[in-house]
Amino acid sequence: MNIHEYQAKEILRKNGVAVLDGRVATTPDEAEAAAKELGGGLCVVKAQIHAGGRGKAGGVKLAKTPQEARAHATALLGSTLVTHQTGPEGKEVQKIFVEQGCDIDQEFYLGMVIDRATARVTVMASSEGGVEIEEVAERSPEKILRATIDPAVGFGDFQGRQLAYGLGLPKDSVNKAVAFMRGLYRAFSESDASMAEINPLVLTKSGDLVALDAKMGFDDNALFRHADIREMRDVTEENEKEVAASKFDLNYIALDGNIGCMVNGAGLAMATMDIIKHYGAEPANFLDVGGGATTEKVTEAFKIILSDENVKGVLVNIFGGIMRCDVVANGVVEAAKQVNLSVPLVVRLEGTNVELGKTILAESGLDIIPADDLADGAKKIVEAIGA
Amino acid sequence: MSILVDKNTKVLTQGITGSTGQLHTRGCRDYGTQMVAGVTPGRGGTDFEGIPIFNTVMEAVAETGANASVIYVPPPFAADAIMEAVDAEVALVICITEGIPVLDMVRVKRYLAGKKSRLIGPNCPGVITPGECKIGIMPGYIHTPGAIGVVSRSGTLTYEAVHQLTQLGIGQSSCVGIGGDPVNGTGFIDVLRLFQDDPQTEGVVLIGEIGGSAEEAAAAFIKEHMTKPVAAFIAGQTAPKGKRMGHAGAIIAGGKGTAAEKVQAFRDAGVAIISSPAEMGKTMAAALG
Repeated sequence: MNIHEYQAKEILRKNGVAVLDGRVATTPDEAEAAAKELGGGLCVVKAQIHAGGRGKAGGVKLAKTPQEARAHATALLGSTLVTHQTGPEGKEVQKIFVEQGCDIDQEFYLGMVIDRATARVTVMASSEGGVEIEEVAERSPEKILRATIDPAVGFGDFQGRQLAYGLGLPKDSVNKAVAFMRGLYRAFSESDASMAEINPLVLTKSGDLVALDAKMGFDDNALFRHADIREMRDVTEENEKEVAASKFDLNYIALDGNIGCMVNGAGLAMATMDIIKHYGAEPANFLDVGGGATTEKVTEAFKIILSDENVKGVLVNIFGGIMRCDVVANGVVEAAKQVNLSVPLVVRLEGTNVELGKTILAESGLDIIPADDLADGAKKIVEAIGA
Repeated sequence: MSILVDKNTKVLTQGITGSTGQLHTRGCRDYGTQMVAGVTPGRGGTDFEGIPIFNTVMEAVAETGANASVIYVPPPFAADAIMEAVDAEVALVICITEGIPVLDMVRVKRYLAGKKSRLIGPNCPGVITPGECKIGIMPGYIHTPGAIGVVSRSGTLTYEAVHQLTQLGIGQSSCVGIGGDPVNGTGFIDVLRLFQDDPQTEGVVLIGEIGGSAEEAAAAFIKEHMTKPVAAFIAGQTAPKGKRMGHAGAIIAGGKGTAAEKVQAFRDAGVAIISSPAEMGKTMAAALG
């Protein structure tokens, strides 16, 4: 789960990480009031969307007066911002963040992720601030400094000093950097983050370190123990169908093709997408109905797949282990009736109670094309839609 | 011969009184696995269909001599359950539970260092040596005893591979699901090493997926140390970047972890590439020569 910049900064502030004072606003009036509260001087008006590259796309504006802040807010709110991370359709700006300005001396990068190879949290720091870390990794990997955190010990001040000196910070700022990183790790570990990125981390002319931008992502598996973070979820930033699917505990991801897929298991679901492509068509979605699917869940899955107007045919591929084929078959029949299925449907069933499942489909009176195996299923659906 | 489990393996179930634990304990016992104990705190002294239940793993091991544990405990308590089994020095700990917080697994992984246990999973189907011992949730009947090792990050896709092998009359020595989470106990390399050293195993089917760099590391290991033929499939060739494809670990992040990179690494290591998931069995058969 991702959150907005202003929310990430709230979490950072609570953990003792230096951020600038700011207010979130949803109307031009609020923006003007916020700028006044912040002292009426220089401030920055920033579009709040879940995507990077806002600055280049015109989503970050400098305002010298509260009236200017108001004007920027009027222009930004309700507008659509297209950045390299939003896709060509862009994202509508519904909130802005009005933040104090600061005197920037130097910009750095600071990030934390869970490194799979070491199975630990890794801190990355670079003197190349304001640039995407992937770009730096590509162009000059030696400029990325790393420290791996032992979960039994936590972030060591010595690691902070190594990174701070490595970045070439002035000696009076080193301890501030250590405190900053310590706070960031506390925020990361206590909120079960999967990613935290401060880019840029700014050294001000007075020698302070402050998070100019902040991005945080969280481990969905850990949200059960973080009610406060669950509340920060902004579903308007997410795909509508993906949100609907998540309510039924279905893993759905919208894609660009025209063959809808319903599969049990993430690996098999990906493989089913792959084989559709192998036979020359494109999948419309990834959908894992999981191991313990009920008739109701299968019905919902079907409805979600068919709510995508691009879908010209559906391939159901189930290898029942825990999941019983008769349950899937009942769900498919029920769903096909409920939604008045008008596109070709190919069903491949294998595994527990497969014969019963096939009988249910055959006796349903519905126009269902049965398939013998994975390749047969993919071939038949691709043929059926005439791709 | 086989790897990790055989007819002598004595298994205890952690979370034996939950519905998942009950279902699969029964399934494994019916397959012929020696299910010797169950653990559910507070239910010690009772039994599940004749299998004695204990309050702690320590007690279960002392009383029954269990040397493997399978965990169906719900995600919030699963990391603790794994560490309990490790503390009791259970040699093989298999965690089926899906949805454990990653930072919990980071701590578990740290806890495992220097301990005597091997962890398989979490978020995996388990381990099976066909005809001898099934620990986990895979449908037993699709397997046949034989000479091919299967190692995979996926559950149902593993069943697909096993089914294809069996259809072709090719049996399996052991099948190991290492799980789809970003931080897991046993990786591809450990399992490949076991298969390489197992006299019964003649070839290996490896099923990877997008995300991380475990497949690339496995490819380097195969190139360096494996003399047996390996056939590999990577799921997620059509997956978009930055989206978590069901498994917590299946995500292309920062342009890294793509299927294309992994396939290339395997090709460079002389591995037989399975281009369509419908040809996992056939490709292995061809690689055996």
